[in-house]
Amino acid sequence: MSDAGTELYEVFVRGKRGLNHVHVGSLRAADPRMALTRARDLYTRRNEGVSIWVVRSADITASTPDEKDPFFAPSGDKVYRHPTFYAIPDDVPHI
Amino acid sequence: MHDDTAYSALSEEHEDDARWAYGTGFHDPLHGIDTTVPEGVDGAELGAYCLALGDDALISAQRLAEWCARAPDLEEEMALANIGLDLLGQARMLYTRAGQADGSGRDEDDLAYFRDPAEFRNVRLAELPNGDFAFTIVRLLALSAWRLAVFTRLTASPDPVLAAVAAKGVKELAYHRQYAAEWAVRLGDGTEESRRRMVRAMEEVAPYLEELYAAETCTTIGEEVEAVLRQVAGEAGLAWPRVRPLPGSGRDGGHTEHLAPLLAELQGTARAFPGAAW
Repeated sequence: MSDAGTELYEVFVRGKRGLNHVHVGSLRAADPRMALTRARDLYTRRNEGVSIWVVRSADITASTPDEKDPFFAPSGDKVYRHPTFYAIPDDVPHI
Repeated sequence: MHDDTAYSALSEEHEDDARWAYGTGFHDPLHGIDTTVPEGVDGAELGAYCLALGDDALISAQRLAEWCARAPDLEEEMALANIGLDLLGQARMLYTRAGQADGSGRDEDDLAYFRDPAEFRNVRLAELPNGDFAFTIVRLLALSAWRLAVFTRLTASPDPVLAAVAAKGVKELAYHRQYAAEWAVRLGDGTEESRRRMVRAMEEVAPYLEELYAAETCTTIGEEVEAVLRQVAGEAGLAWPRVRPLPGSGRDGGHTEHLAPLLAELQGTARAFPGAAW
């Protein structure tokens, strides 16, 4: 197999009862349409999905491990940001 | 192949989404359908017809499976195997129906593993060796366009089982045709080498098409398939070739020398260990 002429894509699949697309893996493809077709064949073979997104990996801007502390540690002690003081009605789903 | 309970095990709805990644909500396409041959339908004729359609699917599935570990890359290997498994599923349901309808009581394994080459009724295009990737793509395009045209009509079959098999099949075949068409355009409109191989593949496949059209009584199927092939070839910057059709038909039991070796491999294990279960 040769990677020539292909790019890396990230694959996101929305499950039948899922509300959001979930990252399931990555693959190589020559263009977005091929990436979508390959994602269908590689990641939805077991009846998992109802929708697929593919995104060029190069188009993702990600935080780095070096930034972990300045990015995420400051929110570690601020419990008051959780809306625990509200009563959530039983018949309101997905909260 | 004792997977009769697989559907019930997997079809249960799960309250939590913990297992979503494995897939749930599978269903049996023939659930609740009466398998009695309907009034006014000739059982022997229906059985022979289902057998022929099953043979096309089984032989195609076997050829596609031969790409495992040989495809241009891992993703295409998986794609071709997926298509083969769709067709294998169609073959299993059609064989089961054939054995019910013709009154012989033969099951899918009897029909797949214990008939000799001369008893197979698949069209010859299905049994030709895989050749290169371009040939496999052009053959898949032609066979899936034809089978989709046939199955679309069969959804209105007087036999409810055949109609249900066809209704499931059209969704699969629409994808197979789409997959093949995308690759045909990509190869035809690709490099000089891929274009050369596409042209050769079209010339190799074209003589076998008349056999497909002659296998069905409906006369509009040929036009429909030709329109698809011309459209895809046009998108690829190629012209679908005009060739003299090859005489003969696999539907009459006339096969190429390639069918017997294919069946020897397909049937070897089942014949060496009759009744084996796995």
